[in-house]
Amino acid sequence: MLHVENLTVSIGDKRILRGLDLDVRPGEVHAIMGPNGSGKSTFAHALAGREGYDVGGTATLDGADLLEMEPEERAAAGVFMGFQYPVEIPGVNNMYFLRTALNSVRQARGEDEVSAREFLEVAKRAMQLVDMNPDFLQRSVNAGFSGGEKKRNEILQMAVMEPRLAVLDETDSGLDIDALKVVASGVHALRGPERSMVVITHYQRLLEYITPDFVHVLVDGRIVESGDSSLALHLDDHGYAQFLAVAPGDEQRSLAATRS
Amino acid sequence: MTSQSPVIEELLDGSYEYGFSTDLDTDIAPPGLNEDVVRLISAKKGEPEWLLEWRLKAFAAWQAMDEPDWAKLDIEPIDYQSISYWAAPKPKPTLDSMDDVDPEIREMFDKLGIPLHEQKMLSNVAIDAVVDSVSVTTTFKATLAEAGVIFCSFSEAVREHPDLVREHLGSVVPFRDNYFAALNSAVFSDGSFCYIPTGVRCPMELSTYFRINSQNTGQFERTLIVAEDDSYVSYLEGCTAPMRDENQLHAAVVELVAKDRATIKYSTVQNWYPGDDNGVGGIYNFVTKRGRAHTDAKISWTQVETGSAITWKYPSVILQGDRSVGEFYSVALSNKRQQADTGTKMVHIGADTSSTVISKGISAGHGRNTYRGLVKMLRSADNARNYTQCDSLLIGKECAANTIPYIEVKNPTGQVEHEASTSTVGEDQLYYCRQRGMTEEDAMAMIVNGFCREVFGELPMEFAVEAQRLLSVSLEGSVG
Repeated sequence: MLHVENLTVSIGDKRILRGLDLDVRPGEVHAIMGPNGSGKSTFAHALAGREGYDVGGTATLDGADLLEMEPEERAAAGVFMGFQYPVEIPGVNNMYFLRTALNSVRQARGEDEVSAREFLEVAKRAMQLVDMNPDFLQRSVNAGFSGGEKKRNEILQMAVMEPRLAVLDETDSGLDIDALKVVASGVHALRGPERSMVVITHYQRLLEYITPDFVHVLVDGRIVESGDSSLALHLDDHGYAQFLAVAPGDEQRSLAATRS
Repeated sequence: MTSQSPVIEELLDGSYEYGFSTDLDTDIAPPGLNEDVVRLISAKKGEPEWLLEWRLKAFAAWQAMDEPDWAKLDIEPIDYQSISYWAAPKPKPTLDSMDDVDPEIREMFDKLGIPLHEQKMLSNVAIDAVVDSVSVTTTFKATLAEAGVIFCSFSEAVREHPDLVREHLGSVVPFRDNYFAALNSAVFSDGSFCYIPTGVRCPMELSTYFRINSQNTGQFERTLIVAEDDSYVSYLEGCTAPMRDENQLHAAVVELVAKDRATIKYSTVQNWYPGDDNGVGGIYNFVTKRGRAHTDAKISWTQVETGSAITWKYPSVILQGDRSVGEFYSVALSNKRQQADTGTKMVHIGADTSSTVISKGISAGHGRNTYRGLVKMLRSADNARNYTQCDSLLIGKECAANTIPYIEVKNPTGQVEHEASTSTVGEDQLYYCRQRGMTEEDAMAMIVNGFCREVFGELPMEFAVEAQRLLSVSLEGSVG
C-alpha cells in the first residue's frame, strides 16, 4: 500500500533523510523509533507534503505518486498526519473545522458532502473513542487546549477523516499515562484491515498499548534495523547507542565511536 | 514570519470583482468648487433658503481650514478644483414600483449581488438605493409608513420633513468639526434620512447601498438617523464601486441621534475600489460618523472595511446621557497598497456610561493598518467604564500594523481597560488545514474569518455572510 524507496530529504543545505526504504501493507501498524534528530518527524512531514523540503526518491500510496501531490491532494488520497505540535486556529470552532475538512476530502473524491446532522453523528461516535466532552466541538481549534487535549483532538480528527494511511508523529509526547491510554485505545479502535498506520515515537511506552506489527529504527536518516515488536523492548533496555555507532553516512561519528 | 510563500502572494492577488462601469446618461457639473457651485447644488435640489445658508457657512469654514495630516497615511495631494461636485442620473418621473427602475441600474445591482426584488432574498429589508447622488428607488415605504417610520432620501426629507432635518442637521457633527465634514456640509448631494418615532421598534432592517458610478465625481452623502425615546432601529450600509483609474474622493457624514432609552445599531460593509497592485486608482474614504446617546440610550457601530485605497474613519459615540452605552466593532482589511487609519472615539460625559471597542485589523500585501482610538472620560462621567481590545493580523512580511490608543480620564472613578495583540497567519496554520484536505484559499479564508468572529457576530445574519464572502474575495484569487 505505502511504498517508500530511497527517500531523501534536504532542508536547505542540511540532509535529513539519506535513503529511507519502507513498505507498509494494508492493515499493518509500523512503529518508527529513533533518537532525537534522526529524521522521524521529517519523514512524517515528507509524506504529508510540507513545503520547503527538497525531496528525492519514491513514495507511493496505492501506486499513486505522493511526492507529486499538494498536501490537500494527499489528504484526499487518504493520508492523515497526526501532528506532534497541533496548530491553534483561534476563532474557528472545532466542529466547523472538522466538517470542512471532511467535506473537502469528500468533494475532492467526488463524494457528496455530509450534512450538518450526519456530521454530528460521525463526530459523536468519534468523540466517544477519545473520551471527549461534547462542548469540545464548540471550542476554537486547539486554542487554549492542554497538551493532552490537543493530542486527543488529533485522534478525533483521524476517526472522523477515516484515512487510508495514518502517520502519527510523536502522538505520545507530552502525555501523562491516562491521556496516553486514551490516545492508544483510540488508535487501537481505528485499526482495520484497510487502514495502515505509521506510528512515530521516541519511547517504547506507547507501544505497550499499541502493539505494532513491525518496528524500525531510524538513525541519521536511514532505517538501520527492523524487527517485530520485541525490538522496541530491546531498544528500551539498551537505547540507541549501538545504532549510533554503526550508522553509516556519518564517518566522523562512526570513527569516533570506533575509537572509543 | 520569516518568509512568505509564492502561494500566499498569489492568494492575496485577488483582482477586484466588482470592476465594471454602467453607462448611465449623467447630468454632470463642470469640475471646480466655489460659492456658485454650492448655490448650483442647492438650486438643483430646490432647497430652502436656510439650507443654502448653512451650506455657504460650511463652505466659508472649509476654506479657512487645512487638510488634516496627523493620520499615518500617505495621501497624494487632492486637487479640490478638479472634482465635479454634482452628478445625477437624468431626472425620471417618480417611480411607482420596482418595475419602473432603469433596467441598467437594476442590472448593475444584480452584478453586485444586491437583490432589489422585494420578494426575494431581502424580503425583510428596505433598500434606499443611491446611484451617484440621487436616490432612485425606495422600497417598503408603505410598511414603514404604517409604523410611522420615515426612511427616505435626504433631499426628500428636506422637502417633506424640513423641521426634523433642520432641528438635527449638524447637531452631532457641526460643519466646523473637521475639514472633510465641512466640505461635505457645503456640497453634500444626497443621502438617507431616517426617523423612528417614540416607542417604535422599526419593523425591518433598513439598508442603503451606496454606489459611486460616474468618473471623477466625489460622492458626498449625508445620513441622518433620529431615534426618538424608547425606539429601536438597525441600519445597514453597504458599498461597492466600479473600477477607476482616477482617485475618487468620498467624504461622507453620518449623524445619529439616540434619544432616551433608544437603540441605534449601524452596520457598514465597505468595499470600494482599493486601487491596483501599485496603488493606482481607488477611493479615498474620508468619513465622519458620530452618534449622540442620551440617557439610557445605546449606539452600536459595526464596520467591515475591505475596500478603498485610503480609509480615514472614526465612528464615534458621545455618551451624553447617564447610563448610555457605546459600542464599536470593526474589521479593517488593508491589502496591496491600501492604507487604513481607523478606529473610534468614545466620549463619556454622563455617569455610569460604558463603552466597548473591539477592533480587528488585517494587513496583507503592502497594506498599512492603523487603529487610532480615543477614550475620553470627562469630569462629569462618574463610574464610566471602557473596554478596548485591538487585535492585528499580519499576512506576509511587507505589511504593517499600528495601534495608537489615546486615553484621557478626568474622573478618578473611571475604569479603562485596553488589550492589544498582534499575530500572523502562519505557514504552519495553512499547512495544518491543507493536511486536513482544505485548499490553501479555503484555509486562509477560514483562519481570517476566525480572527474576525467576534465582530461578524455583531452583524445581522445576511450581512455577516456577505461580509465573510467579501473578506474571502478581498484576500483570495477566487474571482467569479
